[in-house]
Amino acid sequence: MPRRSTIRVRDTLAETKTSRGQAVLRGVVLAIGAIVFLFPFYYMVIGSLQAEPDPTVAGAFPNPSNLTFDNYVAIDSRINLLTGLVNSGIFTAGVLIGTLVFGMLAGYALAQLQWRGRGFTFALALLVQIVPFQLLMIPLYVLIARDYGLSDNYLGMILPFFINSTAVIIFRQYFLQLPKELFEAARIDGASELVLLWRIAIPLVRPALITVVLLTFIGPWNEFLWPFLVTKDAALQPLAVSLANYISTVAASTANPFGATLAGAVVLAAPAVVLFIVFQRYFISTNIGSGVKG
Amino acid sequence: MAATDTATRTPVPTTGPSGGATRRKGRLLGRNPLGLLFSAPYLVFVLLVFAYPLVYAFYIAFHDFFFAAPGAQVDRPFVGLDNFASALSDPAVIRSFGNVGVFLLINVPLTVVLSMVLATALNRVVHFRTFLRVSFYVPYVTASVAIVGVWLFLFGGSGLVNEILGPLAPDPSWLISETWAMPTIAIFVTWKQLGFYILLYLAALQAVPKELYESASTDGAGAIRSFFSVTVPGVRPATVLVLLISTVTGANLFTEPYLLTGGGGPNGASASPVLIMYQKGLQQGQPDVASAIGIVLVALVLIIALLQNRFAGERD
Repeated sequence: MPRRSTIRVRDTLAETKTSRGQAVLRGVVLAIGAIVFLFPFYYMVIGSLQAEPDPTVAGAFPNPSNLTFDNYVAIDSRINLLTGLVNSGIFTAGVLIGTLVFGMLAGYALAQLQWRGRGFTFALALLVQIVPFQLLMIPLYVLIARDYGLSDNYLGMILPFFINSTAVIIFRQYFLQLPKELFEAARIDGASELVLLWRIAIPLVRPALITVVLLTFIGPWNEFLWPFLVTKDAALQPLAVSLANYISTVAASTANPFGATLAGAVVLAAPAVVLFIVFQRYFISTNIGSGVKG
Repeated sequence: MAATDTATRTPVPTTGPSGGATRRKGRLLGRNPLGLLFSAPYLVFVLLVFAYPLVYAFYIAFHDFFFAAPGAQVDRPFVGLDNFASALSDPAVIRSFGNVGVFLLINVPLTVVLSMVLATALNRVVHFRTFLRVSFYVPYVTASVAIVGVWLFLFGGSGLVNEILGPLAPDPSWLISETWAMPTIAIFVTWKQLGFYILLYLAALQAVPKELYESASTDGAGAIRSFFSVTVPGVRPATVLVLLISTVTGANLFTEPYLLTGGGGPNGASASPVLIMYQKGLQQGQPDVASAIGIVLVALVLIIALLQNRFAGERD
C-alpha cells in the first residue's frame, strides 16, 4: 500500500545534538548555494523588464524609471511566442499521452502480471536509459526525417520520446508495492485486467502519476537538440527551438537583444518552473532515484 | 485518498497460484499472457527508436552513406573503416574530443563534490527545507535555452560578472576566450544539473545507518571527520551512479556550445563532438563520418565509465 510516509523520503534524520558551529556552517553553505541557484532566475526576470540593458551592479536592482514590458512585445514580434508555446505544448502533450497510456500499461504488466519476456522487458527498460543519444542522433534523423518523411511534423518530434523509460520503471516500482492479493481477489470476481488497472491500481498510485507527469513534462518541454534537427519550419518549432534560433541569429539586429532574449527565456521557463513549484513535494528522491537505479 | 482506505479495509482472501489453474492454454506465454499485450506498444517503441537505430548507426558508419531522396535506389558500398579514418584525421574532430575531455575534467569532479556536500547539508537542515530544495532543483527543471540567455548577459564582455571583477576580468571575456570558453561552459552545466545529483545523493543518504554517525561521534569524530569516514563511503554506490550519469550526459554536450559560444567558438575552442557531428552529418551531408564520430565517442565514454567503476566502485 502506498502509505505516503514510506514512499516519501524521511528527509529528516532525527537531529542528533550538533554543535552550534556546525549548524552555522551548514546554514552558510546552504544559503550561498540557494543564492547561486536562484540569482540567475531573478536576474532573468529583472533583465526582461529593463528598457535599457543595465549590466552594472545597480542593474541587478529594479529601477522604476527603467522598467518596461516592451521586451515581451519585441520578442513576440520576432518569434511569435504563442505559436512556440502551442508547439511546445503539442510536443509535450504527445509525449505525456504516450508515457501515461503505454508506459503505465507496461509498468503494470511488469509489476503485477506473470508473462514470458517480463524479465527481458524490464532489463530493456533499464538498458535504454543508458543508450547515449549521440549514437542514435544520425540514424534517427535519417529514419525519421528522411525515410519516413516526418521532418516538420509533430509526429517526428514526438516519436523518439514517445514512451519515457524512466516513467515505465517508476510505474513498475509503485505497482509492485500494491499487494497481489488485491488483484487476485478481483480477478476471481471476474474483473478484467483493464478494469483492475483503471479501478484499483491507478487510484492507488496517484502520487506516482504526478511524479511521472512532472518528470516527463520537463523532458520534451526543455528539449532542444532533437526538435531543432527535425523542424526547419518556424510555424512548427517549439519555443525552445525558436528562442535558440533567435539567440543565435537575429539577436544582433534587435535594439535591446538581451531584454528580448530574457523575455523569451521567462516565457519558456515559466510553465516548467511553476509546475515544478506547485508539485515540488512529488519531486523527491525515492521516486526518481528508483527510476534511475531501477 | 478515500480509495486507499476502502481498499485497505476490504478483507482480502489470499489465493494461491490456483487462481490461474484453469488457464492452461496461456502457459506458453506465462500465467498472464495479457502482460505481453500490455507491454507490446513499449516493446515496439524500443525496437523502433532504440534497437533498430543502434544497429543502423553501425551500418551507416561502415558504409559510404549519403542523403538521398526517399525511395531512390542508391548504391552505398561497404567502406570498412574509411569513415573512422577520415573522422580521426580531421583536426577539428580531435580538438572536439580534447574539448569534451577538458569539460569532463572540470564538470565531473565538481559535480560529485558539490552535490555530495550540498545534499549532506540539506539532509540535516531543519528550517527552510522546502525553499532550499526547490531552489537547488529549479535550474534542473528549466530549459537550457532559457538559462543560456541569462548567462550570456551575466558573462558577456561588459556583463555583471566582469563588472564585479573589475580589473580581474579576463580579456578577452569568458565566452570569447580560447582559455575560458570551455571552463565557463563546464561551470554552467555543473550549475544547471547539480539539483538532479543532489536528489540522488539525498536518496542515498537515507540508506546510511544513523548508528554509524553516532559511533563516529562517540569516538570523538567531528563533523568534517565523520563526513569523510561515514558519509563518503556510505554513499559510494550513488557516487558511482553520479560519475556515470554525469560523464554520459557531458559527452552529449551540444546546446551550450551551440548557443553560449556561438557554435563552439572561438576557433573551435569549445566545439563538442556532438556539435561536430551535427555540422558534419547534417550541415555538410556526411552522416557516415558523423556516425563514426558518435561510435568513437561512445567507445571512449564506455572506457571512462569502466575506469571510474574500477576506481570508485565497490572494493570488497
